Amino acid sequence: MLQLLDISVTFNEGTLDEKKALNNINLELAEGEFVTVIGGNGAGKSTLMNVISGVLTPDIGDVYINKRQVTFLPEYKRAAYIGRVFQDPMAGTAPSMTIEENLAMAYARNKKRKLKLGVTKKRKELFKEYLATLNLGLEDRLNAKVGLLSGGERQALSLLMATFTEPDILLLDEHTAALDPSRAELVTKLTEEIVRKFELTTLMVTHNMQQALDLGDRLFMMDAGEIIFDVEGTEKQHLTINDLLEEFRKRRGVQFEDDRSVLG
Amino acid sequence: MFISVFGAIESGIIYAIMALGVYFSFRVLDFPDLTVDGSFVTGAAVAAIGMLNGVPAILATLLGALAGFIAGCITGILHTKGKINPLLSGILMMIALYSINLRIMGTPNISLRNVSTVWVQLQSLWEKTGIDQALNGLLAAIGFARTPSTWAIVFAMIIVVAIIKILVDYYLKTEVGLALRATGDNKQMIRSFSANTDTLIIIGIGLSNGLVALSGALIAQYSGFADIGAGIGLIIIGLASVIIGEALFGTKTIARTTLAVISGAIIYRIVVVIALRANFLETGDMRLITAVLVIIALVTPMYIQGRREKARRLKKREALAQQKKAEGV
Ligand SMILES: Nc1ncnc2c1ncn2[C@@H]1O[C@H](COP(=O)(O)OP(=O)(O)OP(=O)(O)O)[C@@H](O)[C@H]1O
Ligand SMILES: [Mg+2]
Repeated sequence: MLQLLDISVTFNEGTLDEKKALNNINLELAEGEFVTVIGGNGAGKSTLMNVISGVLTPDIGDVYINKRQVTFLPEYKRAAYIGRVFQDPMAGTAPSMTIEENLAMAYARNKKRKLKLGVTKKRKELFKEYLATLNLGLEDRLNAKVGLLSGGERQALSLLMATFTEPDILLLDEHTAALDPSRAELVTKLTEEIVRKFELTTLMVTHNMQQALDLGDRLFMMDAGEIIFDVEGTEKQHLTINDLLEEFRKRRGVQFEDDRSVLG
Repeated sequence: MFISVFGAIESGIIYAIMALGVYFSFRVLDFPDLTVDGSFVTGAAVAAIGMLNGVPAILATLLGALAGFIAGCITGILHTKGKINPLLSGILMMIALYSINLRIMGTPNISLRNVSTVWVQLQSLWEKTGIDQALNGLLAAIGFARTPSTWAIVFAMIIVVAIIKILVDYYLKTEVGLALRATGDNKQMIRSFSANTDTLIIIGIGLSNGLVALSGALIAQYSGFADIGAGIGLIIIGLASVIIGEALFGTKTIARTTLAVISGAIIYRIVVVIALRANFLETGDMRLITAVLVIIALVTPMYIQGRREKARRLKKREALAQQKKAEGV
């Protein structure tokens, strides 16, 4: 479904600030595979997401979605196949527009936008059905401006908007990091339900190692622009946080420096 | 007095189209576009030259609007493809248009006195209806000494502006319109839902300036001349209309906001006309009056809100004090 070949990204090449953010990344995700991604600050996780979504063009290497080469396809065109939820709850929705209008925009993702009404009676019913699955009562607030929702509600809505058109690939970049623990748990639960229901090919970045172990079929550990550990199946199921730290030490010869990533 | 207020309403409705254009760029797209000063005259210039060369008035007017649309698209391209900041893109286009308008017109001022404008044509049709006599008779009966020379413009413009308003309201609710609004609200988001924000901005600023130019073409025919300086400071008048309208009528829904903007444009004209009747003010003071109006419309709602909050808190404090006293603490 998703394939990356020899991807490298360097920022500010040839200057003092030169930074190799991705170093020769190769990966292949099968259809419906759910991968969690961990790694310290600056490991290159967001850069990886940006290369896949087309926000960044890699220096070298190619991106394939569904066997189709999309390396140079602009972000907005690629977005027809890719659902994304950002870390910032403000980023994934249009605050001055209503819930139903936001959903209508997400609904038009993989279609050509026309001069037809975005919110129709029929679509309203559909939106209500989808919103009801969130169990947040948003189905009764179709005409509320999204800017009035709490961060957790907005993030749940963003998740729904990113997924209900069943994109080929779902990218989640620390999408629960800005929420309080109970809200984060709710959005995590919703994520798992939705990913399983639509069988979405998913990459989910998290700083919560326990979460990375509990969720998904496969796990990547990133450091210094490389995927240093790739584990799946039963091997992943039996993994513990200590195993992860041990793997990191073995491969890098140092402790996992980022305290934050050990928490949780 | 009545006649000048009537005139203010008449021109106010025509300027309302320009105000809708400014609403489109400033509010919907969140793009402070100064092209307006130039595109207003472009509309007037193209329409005037067209009519002088025998193009039917309505067609010439629409060509004026088209010219404005193209000018706006270029501003949009400067910003999106040239990565020039929105304010600067607009200013550059405004400056360029000054020369272009002069080229189109050939001279700084074109008289339309002996031209068959849309209003002249409308008037000849309108006279057959006899509505003027009926309405003016009515006015005379209730004691007005002077009555308007024609009601045709007011009636025709109400219909035209209503149609434009309905089209704008509808457009902003279509799939394309929603994406356009989201472009002004959260670009990152709408791009992640597969919308080409560059194209949307270019079309949006184009449409905005198309409306402005249409207004310019109609105003030139209304006042009987096209003038190279007619657009100077116009953006502030457009903004004044938007801000006054929003402050008075609110922005709850799109339909309400566009109605507010149209009303704002008319109210602005009326206020200016009334202000200019004060003896110590001259025609040249109009820009100053406009600036003061905008400041009042911006500051007053905030001030009132602040007063309300203060009163509310004071009341709460007093209630608490009373209660404590009653408990004898
Ligand atoms: N636009 C940019 N210009 C220059 N350097 C950048 C840019 N974006 C990222 N970097 C650098 O590239 C490296 C990888 O950044 P990236 O954002 O991918 O890390 P991350 O793994 O997402 O980290 P975090 O956990 O903090 O989000 C970092 O050192 C960062 O400073
Ligand atoms: Mg990151």
